[in-house]
Amino acid sequence: MNRIAEFAVGLLFGWGLLVSGMTDPGKVLGFLDLAGAWDPSLALVMGGAILVGLLGFTLAKKRTRSFLGAAMHLPTARDIDRRLVLGSLTFGAGWGLAGFCPGPALVAMGAGIPKAALFVVSMIAGMLLFELFERQRRARTQ
Amino acid sequence: MTIDWVNFTPWSALAGGILLGLASAAFILLNGRVLGISGILGGLLVPRRSDASWRVFFLMGLLVAPVTLALLAPTLIATPRIEANNAAIVAAGLLVGLGTRYGSGCTSGHGVCGLSRLSPRSMVATLAFMASGFLTVYVIRHLI
Repeated sequence: MNRIAEFAVGLLFGWGLLVSGMTDPGKVLGFLDLAGAWDPSLALVMGGAILVGLLGFTLAKKRTRSFLGAAMHLPTARDIDRRLVLGSLTFGAGWGLAGFCPGPALVAMGAGIPKAALFVVSMIAGMLLFELFERQRRARTQ
Repeated sequence: MTIDWVNFTPWSALAGGILLGLASAAFILLNGRVLGISGILGGLLVPRRSDASWRVFFLMGLLVAPVTLALLAPTLIATPRIEANNAAIVAAGLLVGLGTRYGSGCTSGHGVCGLSRLSPRSMVATLAFMASGFLTVYVIRHLI
């Protein structure tokens, strides 16, 4: 049951990305280009998502188990530190450079777009570099 | 600032956003997980993890989304326009991979779920990656 739900939610999220226009880097860059002809569509994507999300998370915060009986894994980190800010700034630079963020890139790869696949492979390489750097950092501090 | 009315698609944006919100709400309420793509994918790259299967099932759903929606409602899918050349794509992918892991999230985990949880940490992250995205596009399109 859980596996079916996870697959279905992935599918629904992918459809949302496609319908919203997020899987089109041209659309994303049109939103990020404040100084050019600005396309505000993505603000409505975020607005619509957060409107529904607020209801869902308000309900989720009151529960100790999920409706399918899974443990609730709500984030516990609270610290606003250099890692969070520098990491997010780095992510934004990559987002602005290509117009892809992780979800839309995976969906566009699923649609068979070669540049999306190249982006995903590079993104995974970046994530593996993070794991490598973290391992080195842990080894130094031990 | 001038508004690009020709490319402005308020209804599909809102409808797509609502689907993203529904999926995020369903994930926390049914599976007890925050729907964050970079975290779900990144968690697969760490060895010794026994929780790989839910990540794989979620990602499979994401990957088959275009094929299934193309069968159900092909007119809803816009053709992607990709301006970046291959070198820029590789650089962007590396930055997104590194940045989302250091920053513990991306547009979905921080932007949608984090803001829906009213998390101050996610608000800071979202402001940071949006500002950096705006600045990067400004430099590429208007300065270089």
